[in-house]
Amino acid sequence: MNSIAREAGNTPARRKGFWRTLLGQWQLMLMSVPMLLYVLLFNYAPMWGWINAFRDYSNKRNVAKGITPWCGLSNFEWLFGRPDFIQSIRNTLAMSVINLVFGTVSSILLAVLLNEVRRKSFKRTVQTVTYLPHFLSMVIVVSMAQNIFASSGPINGMLATLGAVKEPVFFLGEGKYFWWLVGVINVWKEVGWNTIIYISAMTAIDPSLYEAAAIDGAGRFQRILHVTLPGIKSTFVILLIMNIGHLMEAGFEIQYLLGSSLVRDFSTTIDIFVLEYGTEKLNIGVATAAGMFKSVVAIVLLVGANLVAKRLGEDTLI
Amino acid sequence: MSVTAVPSMPKKRRKRQDRVFPVVNAFVLILLMFITLYPVVNTVAYSFNDGTDALRGNIGLWPRVFSLKSYESILSDSSVYQAAWISASKTVIITLLNLFWTGMLAFALSRREYVLRKFITTVMVLTMYVNAGLIPNYLLISKTLNLAKSYWVYIVPTMFSCFNMIVIRTYIAGLPDALVESARIDGAGDIRVYWQIIFPLCTPVLATVALFVAVGSWNSWFDTHLYCGGQKMLHSLQYLLKMKLATTQASANAAKTSADALKSTTQTTPITIRCAITVISTVPILVVYPFLQKYFVTGMALGSVKG
Repeated sequence: MNSIAREAGNTPARRKGFWRTLLGQWQLMLMSVPMLLYVLLFNYAPMWGWINAFRDYSNKRNVAKGITPWCGLSNFEWLFGRPDFIQSIRNTLAMSVINLVFGTVSSILLAVLLNEVRRKSFKRTVQTVTYLPHFLSMVIVVSMAQNIFASSGPINGMLATLGAVKEPVFFLGEGKYFWWLVGVINVWKEVGWNTIIYISAMTAIDPSLYEAAAIDGAGRFQRILHVTLPGIKSTFVILLIMNIGHLMEAGFEIQYLLGSSLVRDFSTTIDIFVLEYGTEKLNIGVATAAGMFKSVVAIVLLVGANLVAKRLGEDTLI
Repeated sequence: MSVTAVPSMPKKRRKRQDRVFPVVNAFVLILLMFITLYPVVNTVAYSFNDGTDALRGNIGLWPRVFSLKSYESILSDSSVYQAAWISASKTVIITLLNLFWTGMLAFALSRREYVLRKFITTVMVLTMYVNAGLIPNYLLISKTLNLAKSYWVYIVPTMFSCFNMIVIRTYIAGLPDALVESARIDGAGDIRVYWQIIFPLCTPVLATVALFVAVGSWNSWFDTHLYCGGQKMLHSLQYLLKMKLATTQASANAAKTSADALKSTTQTTPITIRCAITVISTVPILVVYPFLQKYFVTGMALGSVKG
C-alpha cells in the first residue's frame, strides 16, 4: 500500500497521511471500489484457472472421480505435437494479418477521401451509411454474406457477366477462399467505423499547412501525401501497436459462424480450437494450455510493439 | 502515382487534377455506399420473396415473387416472441447497470486528489489487454458462480467495460474543474456532485456509451450458445438466427447445386426464413441508430485518446 501512497505524489496524501486522506474520500471509494472488486472477480480471478494447464484431464474416468494429477508441461508438449493446433495458429495469424493490412489500408484510404469532400451534407451521408454495418451483429452479417457469396448470388452473377468464370465459384465451401472472405467481410463491416479515429486526427491538422502547400504549388495528391498522411502518423502508430497486441485475436465469431466442415482446415482459429477441446472434447487441461499460450504471446507482442514505438520516439500505449 | 514525383507541376495540369478529383472522389464514395447497403437491401428482398422461388437465387434489390409467408410463419412462432423479450429485457437491464456503475467509476477516477486513482486505473486498463481466456472464464461463470442456465448469466458478467469507462472519463476531464470545486466548497459530497452536476452534463457521452452497450448486448449470441444452449426459454433473437444459419449452411453444403436443394424442399425454405429473422433482429438497431448517431462520433474520438 505504501507504493500507492508514493504514486499519489504531491496530493494531499503526503501532508495528511495516506489512510486519513483515504477515509476522507469514502464517497469516491463508494463509487469506485465496487467495480474494482467486480473486475478482480471477473477479469483477474479466472487467471487462477491457468493452473489447469498443468493438470492431466485426459483420463475421463479419473476426471469423473475428481482426480486430475499434475503433469508439468506435458499438455503444452502434446499441443505442439498436434498438426491441428499448429494449423490453428497459422489460421489465426494469417487472418489477423489480412485483417490488419486490409483494415488499416482501407480505412486510411476512406478517411483521406472523406477528408477531401467539401460538401458537409454529402460527407455526413457517407459517414452515416458506412458506420452502419459496425452495429450489425456478426450473425446478421454472416447471414447476409451467405446470400451475397452464394453460388447463385450477386458476386457470382457479376463474375459470370464479366466472363471471368464459367462455373459459379463455391466461395463458402472452399478453404482457399476462406481467409480472404473473412478479410473482405471485416472490411465491409468496419471500414467506416475505423475512419472515425483517422478523421478526428485529420481535423486536428492546422489548415494553414494546406494553404502553405497550395501556395508552394502542391496539387491535391501532393497535399494528401505531404500534409494529411504525416498528420495522422502518430495515430497510425498507436493503432498499430494496439493491433499488434491483438494479433492473436483474429476474431472468433466470424470464423465460427461462416466456417463449416468443408473449410475447417482454414477456419479453425486458436479460439475455436480451445472451444472444441474445452466444451466438446472436455479436455480442460489442453484447452486451458492453448488459451494460456495465446494470452502470453499477446502480452509479449504488446510489450514488444510498445518498446519499438518508444525507440522510434512515438507515443506509446503503456 | 507519377504526379506526386514531379516537384512543381505545370499550372494547367494541376488545375485539371483539382477539378477532376472531386468528381472521381464523389463517384467512389457513392459506389462505396452502394456496396455497403446492397447486402442489407438484398436480404430484405429475399425475406419478402416466395420461399421456393428464392432457391433459384439471383434476387437483387427487389423480391421476384412477393410473399409474406416467411414473416407469417415467424410471427406465428411463440419462441420468437420469447426470444425477442429476452433480447430486449437483457439489453435494457445491462445498459442501465453499465451506465450507473461506469459513470460513477469514471467520475471517481477523474478526480486528481483521489489517492486510489492510479492503482484502480492501472487495474482497469490492464483488463483491456490481458485476458484469462475462454475456459477459465467459463469455469468461473458456470462452475464457481453457478450462473449457467439462468437469466443472470446475461447480466452479471457484462456489467463493466474499461473502454467505455475511459470514454466517459475523458469527457469528464474536459469539463471545467471549477464545477466540482465550487460545489465542494458549498458542502456537497462527491456522490452529490456527480449526480447533480456532472451526470446531467454528461448526457452526450452517456448516450454514446449506452449505444455501445445496448448494441453489444442486443447482438450477443455466444453467451447463449455457451451457457444456455439447452434452455429454450432463455434463447435470444440472435441465437435463434444463429441456429437458422447453421441449418441453411448445412443444407447448402449437403446440396452443392441448387437443383438438389430444389428437390429436397417443398414448403417455405430456410433461406427466406433466415432472411426474415435477420431483418427482424436488425430493425431495432436501424431504429435507434439515426437518433444516437450524432453523439457517438464525438464519443469515439474521445475514446481514442489513450487511457
